[in-house]
Amino acid sequence: MALPNKPTWELLAEPDLSKVPVEEHYYDALLVGGGMAACGAAWEIGKWLQDGQTCALVDKAALERSGAVAQGLSAINTYIGENTPSDYVRMVRNDLMGVVREDLIFDLGRHVDDSVHHFEEWGLPIWKKKGSEGKKLTEGGEPVRTGKWQIMINGESYKCIVAEAAKAALEEKGYDLYERIFIVKLLLDANKENTIAGAVGFSVRENKVHVFTCKAMLVACGGAVNIFRPRSTDEGKGRAWYPVWNAGSTYTMCMQVGAEMTMMENRFTPSRFKDGYGPVGAWFLLFKATVTNGYGEHYLKSEACQAELQKYAPYGTAPIIPTCLRNHLMLFEMKEGRGPIFMDTAAALNAFLEEKRAEGMDEKALKRYWKELESEAWEDFLDMSVGQAGLWASMNIEPEKVGSEIMPTEPYMLGSHSGCCGIWVSGPNEDWVPDDYKWGYNRMTTVNGLFTAGDGVGASGHKFSSGSHAEGRIAAKSMARYIRDNADFTPTLAQSADELKEEIYKPVKVYYENYQKTTHEMVNPNYIKPRHMMERLMKYTDEYGGGWSPYYMTNGKLLEIAMRHLQWLREDSEKMAAGGLHELLRAWENLHRIWTVEDHLRHIQFREESRYPGFYYRGDFMQADDKDYDEGGWKCFVNSKYDPKTGEWTCMKKKCHKIIAD
Amino acid sequence: MPSFVNPEKCDGCKGGEKTACMYICPNDLMVLNPDEMRAYNQEPDQCWECYSCVKICPQGAIEVRHYADICPMGGYVQPMRGTDSIMWTVKFRNGNMKRFKFPIRTTPEGSIKPYEGKPSPGADQLDNELLFTETADSARATCKPSDFA
Repeated sequence: MALPNKPTWELLAEPDLSKVPVEEHYYDALLVGGGMAACGAAWEIGKWLQDGQTCALVDKAALERSGAVAQGLSAINTYIGENTPSDYVRMVRNDLMGVVREDLIFDLGRHVDDSVHHFEEWGLPIWKKKGSEGKKLTEGGEPVRTGKWQIMINGESYKCIVAEAAKAALEEKGYDLYERIFIVKLLLDANKENTIAGAVGFSVRENKVHVFTCKAMLVACGGAVNIFRPRSTDEGKGRAWYPVWNAGSTYTMCMQVGAEMTMMENRFTPSRFKDGYGPVGAWFLLFKATVTNGYGEHYLKSEACQAELQKYAPYGTAPIIPTCLRNHLMLFEMKEGRGPIFMDTAAALNAFLEEKRAEGMDEKALKRYWKELESEAWEDFLDMSVGQAGLWASMNIEPEKVGSEIMPTEPYMLGSHSGCCGIWVSGPNEDWVPDDYKWGYNRMTTVNGLFTAGDGVGASGHKFSSGSHAEGRIAAKSMARYIRDNADFTPTLAQSADELKEEIYKPVKVYYENYQKTTHEMVNPNYIKPRHMMERLMKYTDEYGGGWSPYYMTNGKLLEIAMRHLQWLREDSEKMAAGGLHELLRAWENLHRIWTVEDHLRHIQFREESRYPGFYYRGDFMQADDKDYDEGGWKCFVNSKYDPKTGEWTCMKKKCHKIIAD
Repeated sequence: MPSFVNPEKCDGCKGGEKTACMYICPNDLMVLNPDEMRAYNQEPDQCWECYSCVKICPQGAIEVRHYADICPMGGYVQPMRGTDSIMWTVKFRNGNMKRFKFPIRTTPEGSIKPYEGKPSPGADQLDNELLFTETADSARATCKPSDFA
């Protein structure tokens, strides 16, 4: 048997760079990413670019199943319907502890339903109330609402449908689609200050580098996963709650060219069915299930828990408890030794049956009714989190007989779900929007020509799938406007194609220069494998940055140690080694993870309070201050900026405007 | 390893232009070994169990062995995805079986015409905040916070 000091990857990376061609591309508009936001942008932009203007979408995966909705979804969480965009703002503001961009949220609220109506037109089955089956939403069909904002769908093919529309739009307009090309770095213009001019990436299918030059760019590559030690550390770390392929690319790439970031201290630590991470929304809202502690007590109503909530008034005492505080109460019970926390699925399902029995339903009809109910319960998992169904099957769990454990997961970073970290962008250019919230182009970052949407846009969570699609559309229209207004701008790259190729392929060079210097390719003092880089990152973020093992607790002292490790990780990333194209993908993803986490922890370090109790705590500043920016308090944004010229990082406070009255 | 390939069923997509599982995996995990003409999952601990490869495989050669560090052995979940619905078989560790069927789409695959019958706004509309489909009927799209005060 050969010594294990050779790469084992099926598709090997080419160390001889003269054999790695560079393909150069020129477009007016470049869409980076392939999820809901990018698909929305691809559809919208075709109607606004002028004849002769060009566009391409670049996806590191295959559009049909890329992004967070790859697996499908069982609900659309943002459908305004009979509600108002103002109420939508109030809900998001309360859930995210007061510090949000109300202009962006309101703007999203007035456009999101149009996207949902088109999903239905394209073929997405949306559940309807009895009596309005067969009617589309636009024809007065009444959706099955689980909560005020959520509607149920048969969403296994949700992403396939949305991607099909995006692909058809690109094709009809003669725009290009590149799949399996991973964009890893954005490029500023050589002449014009603070202006985007292009991006560089590589194919994960062949040894080829791609350099794109463009006038305007959308970067929408999702959030960040596998950045904190997961609760399952072997195979099970693949069962991340958010898609495991989200590597912080959106944040890092935009940050590295100087885009101002906002609320990067925010993270999302969802409470989900333990280990399988199946959704809990339908169980709470549709099946009206309750959670209990290990002793069967409905702890949320206990005096101790109510006292905990009082500490975080007015958010804790609002009619709807913010997501982070619900986590806080769960952690409180667990720390007091009253775990585990259970979702009482059995009581919930049986209550429905009892209700029907009491209404006089006969046993035969009841059996039929039960079949429907059971099917709905399983579909919730099978549509979007099959692994959870697998776990129930493996543990013989039938939800009508026994409850299931609920557990807060490892932390994730995202801007579209119930979190709000991301990039600081301009709001709509309208009178009602405060001046410091707008600079001409809706959803443009602070870098000219660089736009983002979905998980990329900070301080405006609760967009979910539909809102991300709508936001991609908003950004796309703005891009067309920017391109029109900058017709005489010719983007120019500072680096040559060969220089960029060397940079992209550096991990390959490091690998092949060193791999035979030991007898096992995984153990080599001259380099670090991407796999080990990620494991080291996750260990230290967990221990020092408030991961699950210290119950999400950190403090100034711990953060200092975390920052030291991040500095070493960044230095060692220069020695990352990749023998195959898949490993080169991982090397760049992990570099993106490291930068994203560093910004996250810098924000937590800067904000001297615990704004999101239950998501993270600063042990040295346990309060969530409700004092405004003008009074020197922390009810304000924390923004950060990395200066690409000096390599310096700065954090600052920014005023948060209340636009919508309570 | 979360998704796995049955070597007796996998035919490497017959050396065609695309190997289906390799084409679809969102995390670049499925890969074809051209010598054996069989595909495999090259990084099982990064598998989301999203079932994209399972659903697309024309030979039904891919299944999922649930996460070894989480799941007691013997549970099994397998889909059969058609053009308008999906059938699921769930087998429990204790041998119990359940079957479910759900709709997945209401239109034929490949039938979407995203611009058919939609407005084509002029260049003069580029400066407002309306999306192209909203230019015909813009009631909600033009609202402002003061409309709800």
